[in-house]
Amino acid sequence: MMTDLTALSALELAELVRTRQVSAEEVLDANLAGIEKVDGRPGTLGADLSPEDANGVHAFITHTNDTARRQARDVDAKIAKGEDVGLLPGVPFTVKDIFCVRGTPSTAASRILANFVAPYTATPVARMNAAGGVMLGKVNLDEFTFGSSSESSAFQPSPRNPWDLSRVPGGSSGGNVAAVAAEEGALSLGTDTAGSIRQPAAFCGVVGMKPTYGRVSRYGLIAFGSSLDCPGPIARNVKDAALMLQVIAGADKADATTAVKPVPDYLQDIEKGVRGMRIGLSPDYFRITFPDPESGEYVEQPLPQEISDAVYKAAELYKAMGAEIIEDVPMPNTRFGIPVYFVISRVEAASNLHRFDGVKYGYRTKEAVRDLTEMYRRSRGEGFGLQPKLRILMGMYVSAAQYSEQYYQRALKVRTLIRRDFEQAFDPNGKYKLDALLTPTTPTPAFEMAAVYGDSVMMQYADQLTVPANHAGVPGISIPAGFSEGGLPIGIQLLGADFNEATLLRIARSYEMATEQEDWRKKKPAILEGK
Amino acid sequence: MKNKDDLISQDVFDHLVDLAAFKLADDEKDYLHEQMNHQLDAIRELEAIPLPEELPVTTHGVEYGKDGKPALRKDEWTACENTKEILNQAPDLEDNYIVVPDIPTTELE
Repeated sequence: MMTDLTALSALELAELVRTRQVSAEEVLDANLAGIEKVDGRPGTLGADLSPEDANGVHAFITHTNDTARRQARDVDAKIAKGEDVGLLPGVPFTVKDIFCVRGTPSTAASRILANFVAPYTATPVARMNAAGGVMLGKVNLDEFTFGSSSESSAFQPSPRNPWDLSRVPGGSSGGNVAAVAAEEGALSLGTDTAGSIRQPAAFCGVVGMKPTYGRVSRYGLIAFGSSLDCPGPIARNVKDAALMLQVIAGADKADATTAVKPVPDYLQDIEKGVRGMRIGLSPDYFRITFPDPESGEYVEQPLPQEISDAVYKAAELYKAMGAEIIEDVPMPNTRFGIPVYFVISRVEAASNLHRFDGVKYGYRTKEAVRDLTEMYRRSRGEGFGLQPKLRILMGMYVSAAQYSEQYYQRALKVRTLIRRDFEQAFDPNGKYKLDALLTPTTPTPAFEMAAVYGDSVMMQYADQLTVPANHAGVPGISIPAGFSEGGLPIGIQLLGADFNEATLLRIARSYEMATEQEDWRKKKPAILEGK
Repeated sequence: MKNKDDLISQDVFDHLVDLAAFKLADDEKDYLHEQMNHQLDAIRELEAIPLPEELPVTTHGVEYGKDGKPALRKDEWTACENTKEILNQAPDLEDNYIVVPDIPTTELE
């Protein structure tokens, strides 16, 4: 077999396995061999780093080779018997270690859950398994998803960017995107609370989608910001992301916030083009506002030219394909996305993280304690890393009775204003009538490891262009759109109206088709050269 | 120069740490306190936004639309099949009871 099975798309693999041209076990073997070559050691609690660690991707925390072998054999046996094997037969995938998977460690990349073996499986993972998918393992992330670089994981070494190992893969779904970019599985299941799928997807040159809130079940997802968290697909191309969304989307009786609403066929019209569609550009997505690290004063800056150019080039392509480009769509509350997020996400995180107390599961201090209160304090003090502690304390502060009106209630109201920006842009009877808003995904390409880590404010501002969609609940997708002068991937983002994932996928696929022959599409991550 | 009243004071910080049930090392305290004040600077940007009196809050996800509804289910009892697996996650288990250190008590006068 000459074809490199690790480089094929999920759709191609599913077809090859379904038609018995390749077995699910052969696909698995190829992927395990690939992981062996590029990944290096998995993230481990309390590991000392060595210079050798700079040479690997380190996407994983837990390899689940035995389970994967069982799943692959199961798929092959079903196919041999002529049974239905679903949409993902033999397709290898990875899962962010924030999802519970029965019988596997489910750590949230935190010491406090390092010994936790989930007694149940998250709905999106169960659906991928039921569709014939083969889970390769659990991948690394920022502790409890709190970060934008994946460096805050308690399991070191943390993942690296396969395009340039000295740079971060982004976060918090850093292990997911690194794995997909480095051909360690065709698909990956991530989560997006402020941009945690889209930002790392942009940094690593892959496709990442945050579906509408309620489109994909959160059952089995270790909660961070319950009104913001969205599980979603990560893939190397748009059609694979559509295929994966097809499998994981839909109502779930175990998550009352999921929508009982028909799930469309996401692949059916995906190549029908953008003729007649209205695609918007907003000046508010071409500048960033952030506190200057030196003076603390707020400064507004245009985005780097190469980032803006990628978006304008996409707009030109869409125009040439028959779409109408609507300029100057006002999204004036975009700049408040991060300050609002600093409040809402912290309050929700504090509420969700109080459950970890050393009593029922997870880490309990080994020190002798005089009473229950001391056990709580020591267990939580030793079990949580700095970022969860910071979020819990901040959440408690801004929601305290005496400050709540000033901060939390105010943030919830500004969230309404952010939501209204999107409602006006997508209103079919409104002024703009957009099918999608086209924006950059991130203000910069991937930054150097350790360059931002530790500064919790600057790290958060990496999500400035992605977080408004989480506040509004609307869907968004990041797709690769070329490279920076320094050779790093650049992503562009499409945002849409509630439950309009099919439209976004179609617009995203149109861009892929229009740029299919461009030279940059042939590039592969450095780590794969000579593989 | 930042107004001292705009910062989270040491007393308030210590109270929060106590409520959050964290035993912290000194260097952790310094980092966390500094970062909280740093984040508060960013949050203060919200104070400048004029908000109409009647503006509602947004606390949840999106509306489900005409053809949608939330996935509510009947409040029915269902058996949990793997209680042992769940109990075995407890750090200290004895005869199916989770064991914890003494609960602090105060003598009432």
